[in-house]
Amino acid sequence: MWGVIKHKTQSIRPAFSAIRHFSSAAKEITVREALNTALDEEMSADPKVFLMGEEVGEYQGAYKISKGLLEKYGPERVLDTPITEAGFAGIGVGAAYYGLRPVVEFMTFNFSMQAIDHIINSAAKSNYMSAGQISVPIVFRGPNGAAAGVGAQHSQCYASWYATCPGLKVLTPYSSEDARGLLKAAIRDPDPVVFLENELLYGESFPVSAEALDSSFCLPIGKAKIEREGKDVTITAYSKMVGYALKAAEALAKEGISAEVINLRSIRPLDRATINTSVRKTNRLVTVEEGFPQHGVGAEICTSVIEESFGYLDAPVERIAGADVPMPYAANLERMAVPQIEDIVRAAKRACHRSVPLAAAA
Amino acid sequence: MSFTATKFAPSPLPLNSTTPRSNDKPLSFSFDHSKTNPSSSFLGSTRKLLRFTALAKPRAQTRASTPVADVLLHQTSNLLITKEEGLELYEDMILGRFFEDKCAEMYYRGKMFGFVHLYNGQEAVSTGFIKLLKKEDYVVSTYRDHVHALSKGVSSRAVMSELFGKATGCCRGQGGSMHMFSKEHNMLGGFAFIGEGIPVATGAAFSSKYRREVLNEADADQVTLAFFGDGTCNNGQFFECLNMAALWKLPIVFVVENNLWAIGMSHLRATSDPQIWKKGPAFGMPGIHVDGMDVLKVREVAKEAIERARRGEGPTLVECETYRFRGHSLADPDELRDPAEKEHYAGRDPITALKQYLFENNLASEQELKAIEKKIDEILDDAVEFADNSPLPPRSQLLENVFADPKGFGIGPDGRYRCEDPKFTEGTAQV
Ligand SMILES: Cc1ncc(C[n+]2csc(CCOP(=O)(O)OP(=O)(O)O)c2C)c(N)n1
Ligand SMILES: [Mg+2]
Repeated sequence: MWGVIKHKTQSIRPAFSAIRHFSSAAKEITVREALNTALDEEMSADPKVFLMGEEVGEYQGAYKISKGLLEKYGPERVLDTPITEAGFAGIGVGAAYYGLRPVVEFMTFNFSMQAIDHIINSAAKSNYMSAGQISVPIVFRGPNGAAAGVGAQHSQCYASWYATCPGLKVLTPYSSEDARGLLKAAIRDPDPVVFLENELLYGESFPVSAEALDSSFCLPIGKAKIEREGKDVTITAYSKMVGYALKAAEALAKEGISAEVINLRSIRPLDRATINTSVRKTNRLVTVEEGFPQHGVGAEICTSVIEESFGYLDAPVERIAGADVPMPYAANLERMAVPQIEDIVRAAKRACHRSVPLAAAA
Repeated sequence: MSFTATKFAPSPLPLNSTTPRSNDKPLSFSFDHSKTNPSSSFLGSTRKLLRFTALAKPRAQTRASTPVADVLLHQTSNLLITKEEGLELYEDMILGRFFEDKCAEMYYRGKMFGFVHLYNGQEAVSTGFIKLLKKEDYVVSTYRDHVHALSKGVSSRAVMSELFGKATGCCRGQGGSMHMFSKEHNMLGGFAFIGEGIPVATGAAFSSKYRREVLNEADADQVTLAFFGDGTCNNGQFFECLNMAALWKLPIVFVVENNLWAIGMSHLRATSDPQIWKKGPAFGMPGIHVDGMDVLKVREVAKEAIERARRGEGPTLVECETYRFRGHSLADPDELRDPAEKEHYAGRDPITALKQYLFENNLASEQELKAIEKKIDEILDDAVEFADNSPLPPRSQLLENVFADPKGFGIGPDGRYRCEDPKFTEGTAQV
């Protein structure tokens, strides 16, 4: 009912500026290898880069992301810390004030809550408070989002928590290419970056181009990637949900619906241009995230579309998110609490055909 | 600058494995039992009692008396338990051990999932402390919480079912392995983040004091036990709470289960002064080191610390030196611990030690202990069957319990509270 009048209010850069197609997939690597090689290359390129966190050294990382780094760079640059997130995150920030480039690993991002004071107060605000005198080139990284069977405290997504804070950049890699390119970008960046990985993706393999394997490879922060082009509906997703969105797009294709899948890559800054360009083309939007629905990433994306492309929408924006409850332990409840591929398919169809009445979409 | 992994501990951790237990000369003096549990005839030594008293003195003096714990170490040898108590301890330790073995089996059969942290090897701590508690007393645990819950009286069925993610679990399948709660048993959880259980436990102790002193509830003499590991003692919340508990003389015992490792991080690599008990006197409370592989020694120390808290004399820090016989969790490859170290502690199995003590002192026969083991086997078979046959949580449960306020889950599309929509209580609502 809305999108019939399509007046162009602003010029938005064409979506393909964000697409970076690299030469054909010669090789496959896992996300774990991608992160490991990115860390390795940045540490070897810049002696100011060091890695600090629980079990990153002798144990080689709780999820083996830092495998081999202790042996290669020694305990001066790969530091096993006691279990004191507030302490070592703050120490990382202090080290960054004075010219080092710390990479602080949280065993999982859940534990970053014990360090959130330093992420928000010491890292994100210093450049501003000091009127640009003190910048904080630090990376906080580790697995984020729903894990499996670990209950409420160990299973949640921090993307919108951190993305609400000015002064932080928040990245969410999905594929091996993302992991390599974005981690390198994060380490080279002059500002604090919250780098949200996903435990369930670590073991997944993705094809990577020769260019992405080159040690100079780096992706721009703040640019989304169109993973699949389509014309009927735009699906935005990040991290593990990109895979789900792609599978949903496949299912939709079988039913004649062409979905465009946007891998956000960066939650803050958010690539409003790519999102809006896509929505102006498809006129329909489904946002997907694992986090809680209220005040989430989907809400922000929706607002950006309402602000910039309201007149282009042919259907209300559909938001797929985790259930509005702490993560339950029981496997059957847990499955209901996180988005599933069929939820995305259903929402996309709803947006395209309005086949299901809106009231049921609670 | 060097952060190398050199073991720079000033001295090896005092492990009193070589201290002989002189149970041939049990002391049968008694100290003031008027305020203590009269049902127990387990007695400590006079000298130990004096030590506790000395430590309860003002700060300046406690500082001067730091070597106390080492002295105490060699004085906890004169032990006396009744046959009944011996069998109770044995049964609780066997329950803990067999339960965890069953968990491993069920985990590998896909019946439970996620992170499952087992307690094997540390039973003397849970049993030695919790079996001295009254039902009203509080226990606060970590992610390694199954056995604390069992010792506190939560049934094997309820814990097993929780682990299976079933509606009959102690938290209806919502909590899981790392989050065992039971209000009935004053088991306050299951905290999966390092250190966060400590302030919560301190708060429970605070509530007892408040109820007694502000609300004038004369019977509010609950004691809280906070259990946590060596690695956790490097977290700020530990120090913050030692300070407040001592400052406000709260009825709490901080029980450190020092199993020498935090996942793959050796205690000696993580802690500038590895003698954790020393942090007690630094905050003006007694700090005790005890052999955590010896349930009778643990129990002796626990008894005095608990009574001390109950008498209103404030907190105690107890470091129990123990060892876990399995990996950190069932997902841990456990490659960093030295096989020789594992073997050493395997030789100090607390259950074997208690068994030997019971035999040597004619407190139990082989058949009696066999009968206990058989009973526990049956309890656990029953628990597994119960859990297996229990229903999954229904779909409607997903949205329940987010708030205590039944209106808490919001207003529906019709503008009315969702809790007023019968579909939500019937479990047929679209979620
Ligand atoms: C705040 C926080 N950081 C990290 C972790 C991950 N973690 C779980 S258990 C553990 C080791 C704890 O060791 P310790 O306190 O010695 O207890 P133990 O497991 O030996 O019983 C760590 C680092 C956590 N649960 N919470
Ligand atoms: Mg430990």
